[in-house]
Amino acid sequence: MATATLPSAPTPIADERVGRRSPFQKLLGRPEVGALVGAVVLFIFFSLVSSTFLQPNAFATVLYGSSTIGIMAVGVSLLMIGGEFDLSAGVAVITSSLTASLFSWYFSLNVWVGVGLALVVSLTIGLVNGWIQSKTKLPSFIVTLATFLMLTGLNLALTRLIGGAVSSPSIATMDGFAAAKAVFASELVVGGVDFKIPILYWVVLVVIASWILLRTRVGNWIFSVGGDANAARAVGVPVTATKIGLFMGVGFCGWLLGMHNLFAFDAVQSGEGVGNEFLYIIAAVIGGCLLTGGYGSAVGGAIGAFIFGMANKGIVYAQWNPDWFKFFLGLMLLLATIVNLIVKNRAERK
Amino acid sequence: MGQHISNETLLKGETDPLTDRAVHLLKLDSVGKHYGNVIALRDVTMAVDNGRVTCVLGDNGAGKSTLIKIIAGLHQHDAGTFSIMGEERRLSSPREALDSGIAAVYQDLAVVSLMPIWRNFFLGSELTTGAGPFRRMDVARMKEITKKELADMGIDLRDVEQPIGQLSGGERQCVAIARAVYFGAKVLILDEPTAALGVKQSGVVLRYILQARDRGLGVIFITHNPHHAYPVGDRFLLLKRGRSIGYYDKKDITLEELTAQMAGGAELAELAHELEQLGGHKDALAEAKAEAEAVGIDSTTA
Repeated sequence: MATATLPSAPTPIADERVGRRSPFQKLLGRPEVGALVGAVVLFIFFSLVSSTFLQPNAFATVLYGSSTIGIMAVGVSLLMIGGEFDLSAGVAVITSSLTASLFSWYFSLNVWVGVGLALVVSLTIGLVNGWIQSKTKLPSFIVTLATFLMLTGLNLALTRLIGGAVSSPSIATMDGFAAAKAVFASELVVGGVDFKIPILYWVVLVVIASWILLRTRVGNWIFSVGGDANAARAVGVPVTATKIGLFMGVGFCGWLLGMHNLFAFDAVQSGEGVGNEFLYIIAAVIGGCLLTGGYGSAVGGAIGAFIFGMANKGIVYAQWNPDWFKFFLGLMLLLATIVNLIVKNRAERK
Repeated sequence: MGQHISNETLLKGETDPLTDRAVHLLKLDSVGKHYGNVIALRDVTMAVDNGRVTCVLGDNGAGKSTLIKIIAGLHQHDAGTFSIMGEERRLSSPREALDSGIAAVYQDLAVVSLMPIWRNFFLGSELTTGAGPFRRMDVARMKEITKKELADMGIDLRDVEQPIGQLSGGERQCVAIARAVYFGAKVLILDEPTAALGVKQSGVVLRYILQARDRGLGVIFITHNPHHAYPVGDRFLLLKRGRSIGYYDKKDITLEELTAQMAGGAELAELAHELEQLGGHKDALAEAKAEAEAVGIDSTTA
């Protein structure tokens, strides 16, 4: 899937002391290897235990489920490689949806005005998170935990204040709704199979994020601010700007997913989103991003999200009790983290 | 234009743009710095010239770090003057220092250990190719230059793709030095480059210091070891408790005198005195006395 989009490394300069590494050995050195192995195992497993899992429509559903986590996992992975957390990511998605819907509804405007405002609000949340974190040097865990609580409260309180209910009012009949639905929540039919459009956005985001991370200056900066912010600053990397940019990247992903959530239906529950931030972080960690920063990949986060999607829907297709899902997720997280630890130790070994 | 401390060691033809007189590459005049009510540094005067090594010696807490942070743009001085090429400056960021040709190589901060060597080498100054949204890093060229520059410094690396954390401490220092040299540093600040190294590795780093000097760089070598400083240094600034306790040209001081001033000959004598009062500790006492005598202090007078 997305692995094919990685630019190939240029021919290395030959040195007789460097033994030729087989493609397999090279693969083992990548951050997402643990997740990849897990994904393959899980895929084969569910293909065997469930007769429906491999059917195209079921698989499209798995991909859709993965994409709703995966879109956020892109931003969260990059942020985590940059050495920070965002616990507000889950509710910020809902904040974005609510902003678009309540603003358009209250002022009876074209929904695209609300969509634009939601983008501004989402980016601002990222900016504020990043700015406070950079200025105070407080752990981002604390800063974004505070933002998380505040946004949770604001979502509930403002929705009730403006719309008078716990759910935002329906905007289905408003100007621009059909167009916005086509952009954010339509379906693409490929070979008779319905693929929901977030899957496309997810893949595009992963490609862009991988490009940024591996082939641009900014990517180099992201690795360095996560690996050692002081060293990065000392060689002239704009550490604060890089970190704020990463928080805003999470904001952008949140806006995209928020718009999908809104236009897939026509209203949003104001209390949703709580707890989702952990799913994004789990996807990134399973995908090989170190909690301490400086190491990881966007593709890894995508594989992490795919594992999530497979486990989530696969349990249903296998006709098991979905109660097992969380146990499964926890086990995957533990295994992946142990694999990552081994990889990191090997990378730092003298 | 302030008075020059000593122009004897000014070799290459850098001149004051205004007076056409030779000026120091870098010059600090009565520089001071305090953090709140703590005076970290006061009245420090020193100069750096092309192809010369200025050593800054001092024990822990002597103000060495504060001094280099001022020169490297991490902190700003609040007394005295700091001039680069005769022009008075106040550096507000490491980036500004780098743009003025001042590069610092820190003991711990030199590199990001999880990143490959070539990424570290070009960190903050990446080479790019292409335009607009397709502007990307020129990876092949960056790897090639990294390999070549390190080879020129005498480090023959196996693979520039390996994480820099896998290199030895000395090698990492050398990568950082080679990086500074490549990016056109005129002044190289080395913060305790030998502190965490073994004897052999230290020797390697000292050789790179001389290599950088021979390439015409002005080097500021921070250390607490006079045995490392003396062989490579041209000038010695001694700091103690935030004050300058001496500023010498090499011809005016011997290694013994430097050690005596620096490694606390007085403290050694004091230690011998204390041991004597405690009684016992015969071996330790003899050793402390011998050390104190070696650095030229009479332990009986302490």
